[in-house]
Amino acid sequence: MIRLRIAPAVLCLGLLGVFAIACGGKQPQVVAALAAPDLPLLGSPEPAPAPPEIADLVEERPILAPAPLADETVEERSLEDLNLDAPLPPVFFGLDGSGLDARARTVMAAAAETLKQESSWTVTIEGHCDERGTAEYNLALGERRATAARDYLVSLGISADRLKSVSYGKEFPFDAGHTESAWAQNRRAHFVITAK
Amino acid sequence: MTRPTPVAALLLASLVGTGIVAGGPPAQNPGQPASAVQQPREIELTISGDPGTPPRFAVPNFVALSPETADAAKIIGQVLWDDLNFEREFYLIPRDTYATVPAARAPEQIPFSAWRELGADGLVFGSVQKTEKGVRVEVRVFNLSSREQVFSKEYSGGAANPRLYAHTIADEIHQQQRALRGLARTKLTFSSDRNLDKVAGTVQNRDVKEIYIADYDGANQRRITVNRALNITPAWSPDARAIAYTSYRKGFPDILIARIYEGVSESPTGGKGSNFLPVWSPDGTRIAFMSSRDGNPEIYTMKTDGTDVRRITNHQASDVTPTWSPNGNLIAFTSDRTGSPQIYTKNSDGLGTPRRITRSESYADRPTWSSAPFNEIAFASRTSRSGFDIKVFDLMSSQTRQITFGEGTNESPAYSPNGRHLAFTSTRAGGSVQVFTIDRDGRNARQITSSGNNYTPNWSLR
Repeated sequence: MIRLRIAPAVLCLGLLGVFAIACGGKQPQVVAALAAPDLPLLGSPEPAPAPPEIADLVEERPILAPAPLADETVEERSLEDLNLDAPLPPVFFGLDGSGLDARARTVMAAAAETLKQESSWTVTIEGHCDERGTAEYNLALGERRATAARDYLVSLGISADRLKSVSYGKEFPFDAGHTESAWAQNRRAHFVITAK
Repeated sequence: MTRPTPVAALLLASLVGTGIVAGGPPAQNPGQPASAVQQPREIELTISGDPGTPPRFAVPNFVALSPETADAAKIIGQVLWDDLNFEREFYLIPRDTYATVPAARAPEQIPFSAWRELGADGLVFGSVQKTEKGVRVEVRVFNLSSREQVFSKEYSGGAANPRLYAHTIADEIHQQQRALRGLARTKLTFSSDRNLDKVAGTVQNRDVKEIYIADYDGANQRRITVNRALNITPAWSPDARAIAYTSYRKGFPDILIARIYEGVSESPTGGKGSNFLPVWSPDGTRIAFMSSRDGNPEIYTMKTDGTDVRRITNHQASDVTPTWSPNGNLIAFTSDRTGSPQIYTKNSDGLGTPRRITRSESYADRPTWSSAPFNEIAFASRTSRSGFDIKVFDLMSSQTRQITFGEGTNESPAYSPNGRHLAFTSTRAGGSVQVFTIDRDGRNARQITSSGNNYTPNWSLR
């Protein structure tokens, strides 16, 4: 235990535990091991078989992590980032309604221009409702909102093949609040880019 | 009067009972005694109370004939008390008053006079004995005035779910004593976000909802789907072995059928269009649903394997939320063809003109059709700026009555198979959405779920 009192200055806390076990045998080799930071990785008090094992581990590493997997992850994340930026902003509807007002048409005209520039994008148009309708009828109302937005984009020259509509009724509110402003936020057609 | 032999009396009672269920007069509200069954020749078997009041029943703990069955004996007594109380055909004497009555280990020890002093007209006496395979449950019902046994039966089976013995006994007692189809063995299905999973995908923070089932009283709640997606609007098949529901598992809404005892999932539509809100026909051969496959939301029916699709509605407005009449001839649905959602009925073959049902509601949805002897359609009605209540339309009298009154918002009613109760969702318990049951006269609201939020309940036919 006397040796332990000399050593602490160079020990990090994590090493202490391993070191205390190693000290149980009071072998002088342990002191030498202090200088080698890799040793605790082995989790073994016996230093002799260690070097070949480390070598094996280093050999095996390049076999892991195939390149295609990494690429896919990057692609997915960028689609998420793209949707977080909302290049196609949502359009909003009146209570119980699925008609596009002048403001919604302006927003969608800009969306159509974006879709003409980004000609490889495909989009799912989600129809959403506020909680003031019933769960069941809102499935139909959301369907009509999504369809209204899709049809307007098609009328502006966007191919229907690139647009898919899905009704979520009141299942996924944008704002979970129970106020007029929350409800107004939730009566929407939400554009999700599904391929780019 | 000559006293009939027990067998003859039983036969007579069952014949009379059948007549009442099949073609008799409209039954009374729950809570009022079924006076129709109290005919002179039945007095031998039917326990009656004081004139104009329901018979008063006592249901003490069952006797544990083996030490291992002590818990089961207690559970069966309590659950049977609850089951018999549920239909309001009997007045159930509170169990905490039974302490004054000396305990009996066997039928011959029953202190009839002590039970009479407590005010009981009927006594349910049962025992639970361990067997090689599980348990054997014996139950007898005594008329305490005549001191005669009016019902006795023995059940045996596994020991895992003692509640099922109580439910079975309750259904038999309701049938034998009141000619009533009990529903203690029926189940509820609903959609729940309780497991807190999030939908995978490019839009963050969307709750998974999975389909769950529970006993009619809320016990034994179990998840039956693992789709990790939005799964809503479940509906039981008439044989209660399958559940059809709306699933977004593939990213768009479609109908899936879960055969819950086989562990099989079916996708009958083949993914054609968006498909929602499946409901089984009473004979189990067809499913009605809402689809936008032809451009806007309409009602369709199909065979359960997805073939023989028939379009039932054809209108530029939205037609949504179908439900079948108990004999399958009609379909009730919601349509906004007049500008607001209202309830209509139409022949289930799609022929003829729809008949508008609701005329004084600002917004009505989720029709559900009661079984005989009632002929009613319940629905959710908008009763305030942001809230709904459950109302019931009687097709015979064309009268509408309200059964919830602004305690939270109340939606998605679904009738019990005997038409005497409804399941629905309400925010009355602190704001979260929970499944409740309630009697058809608006009494006895009972909270069924409490974990997470729970939606769109449906009640099994058996």
